[in-house]
Amino acid sequence: MPKARAVKKFLKFAGLPLAIFTIVLVVPFVNGFYYTFTDWDGFKITKLVGFTNYADSFADPKFWTTLRFTALFVVVSLILVNVVAFGLALIVTAKLRSANFLRTFFFVPNLIGGVVLGVIWQFIFNSALVSLANKYDWEIFKQSWLQDTNKAFWALIIVTVWQSSGYMMIVYITGLVSIENDVLEASQIDGASPLRTLFSIKIPLMAQAFTIALFLTLRGGFMAYDVNVALTDGGPFRTTELISLHIFQDAFLEGDFGTGQSKAVIMFLIVAIAALVQVSVSKRYEVQR
Amino acid sequence: MTRRARLGKRITFGVGITLAFAYFFPFFLVFVNSVKLKYDILANPLSIPLEITWDNFEQAFTKMNFFRALTNSLIITVLSVSLLIIFSSMLAYYLARAKNKVSKYIFLVLVASMIVPFQALMIPFMARFAPLVSYNNRGALIFFYIGFGTALSTFLYHGFISTIPTEIDEAASIDGASDMVAFWKIIFPMMRPITATVAIINALWIWNDFLLPRLVLDEASQTLPLSTYLFYGQYSVEYGQAMAGLALAVIPIVIFYLILQKQFISGISQGAVK
Repeated sequence: MPKARAVKKFLKFAGLPLAIFTIVLVVPFVNGFYYTFTDWDGFKITKLVGFTNYADSFADPKFWTTLRFTALFVVVSLILVNVVAFGLALIVTAKLRSANFLRTFFFVPNLIGGVVLGVIWQFIFNSALVSLANKYDWEIFKQSWLQDTNKAFWALIIVTVWQSSGYMMIVYITGLVSIENDVLEASQIDGASPLRTLFSIKIPLMAQAFTIALFLTLRGGFMAYDVNVALTDGGPFRTTELISLHIFQDAFLEGDFGTGQSKAVIMFLIVAIAALVQVSVSKRYEVQR
Repeated sequence: MTRRARLGKRITFGVGITLAFAYFFPFFLVFVNSVKLKYDILANPLSIPLEITWDNFEQAFTKMNFFRALTNSLIITVLSVSLLIIFSSMLAYYLARAKNKVSKYIFLVLVASMIVPFQALMIPFMARFAPLVSYNNRGALIFFYIGFGTALSTFLYHGFISTIPTEIDEAASIDGASDMVAFWKIIFPMMRPITATVAIINALWIWNDFLLPRLVLDEASQTLPLSTYLFYGQYSVEYGQAMAGLALAVIPIVIFYLILQKQFISGISQGAVK
């Protein structure tokens, strides 16, 4: 193809989408890196300041609270979401007549946005459970879970598992049904118990589904914002702030653009490294077919 | 079937149905309490209503400006998703067919960009786009969704286009069709399954998105999640109205899902395998 025609084709098909992608994503991303090394206040830059913004970020004790809280949240939600989702997938693929019906119920929370779900649970924890606890004298719910840092953590986990397990269930169902029937029949003839089949045949053959589901929950855990805002809004006393909310508060409420953005860059690096490690580790378990 | 297998099935069913009820329970609470009187909610949040009132719905309907929010959500979702389909299918077609280094690198950058969380760039993003947002905030939001959605959508299309034989393009061009005509008349219709996937994944994301609209939209342009959140914040003491507001936010998407259930499930599993 002559060069002029090739360029014309590129512009026709790829020009506009790539331009929008660059303007919306690439430019702010590069800008963001640069800003963290300057005294940017949201409007103008007067000088370069080296690593001052990063030093300030790490000197902020609230940032450490957030990092610890986020790390714990990511690990616990990653494990529980995937265990529950895999269990749901096994139930739905167990050849029950009600499979379709069950799948719908497990999936529905996923259709609804995190804020709406968070607000529903805020009502449950703050009002419904408290009023029931007073009526029937249940000590554990008498004070709202959202008023206590440790219990609020579990409230966040409960809502997250409820919301995300349906989606990951679909990913696992896709993996489970992709296993050929002859393999399963062969293992049955060889006398493998259902549990043995699960661990020695099914799970290894659907490792790709685990790679994807773990990646999605890892990323989702770090990016969680909606449920956090709607459920606790960081309270009590900014002790339940996940990293997204922390950055949002820093920049848009306190006006600390420089440190806010360096925390955002730190977040990006953590997510990128965690995701790369996770994907390369899980890839090793995938069986080539 | 052996007795043991039958028993196993019964237990599975029992566990499944219990869990299904647990998953549905929060919605049940919202629905039953949305038609109760206030004192009834606080006294018996779990029971079915003693007396049904539609007053809560009426109040919530007007106070959260339900129709305006629904219309905003519909406009923003439909336009963003349609434009994303048009742009990313074209881009993916170009990248999958052009066998040169540049297109390979562009594709790599797109894939890599999927790891970048929005939070990592939202601060410079908002500073840079403030003028555009104040000029037309709904338009700006749609523009942003196209930018943020391009990578995943292009990736999904790219995987699909690679399975369409190039002979089809060649045949079209021998018959005298231009690139554009060949793409829209022949290739694009062949991609219906993946277009459904792209549409559903993006529609779910955009319909439910909260952070970006919260940063970008003014009061008159509020989408459903945003107006629900603000409404709940203002009227959370009026439990009945708050519950009616939540019910209103939940109902449209659930109806949509029940109509298109098959497409939803296959869309997500298609999207997951890639």
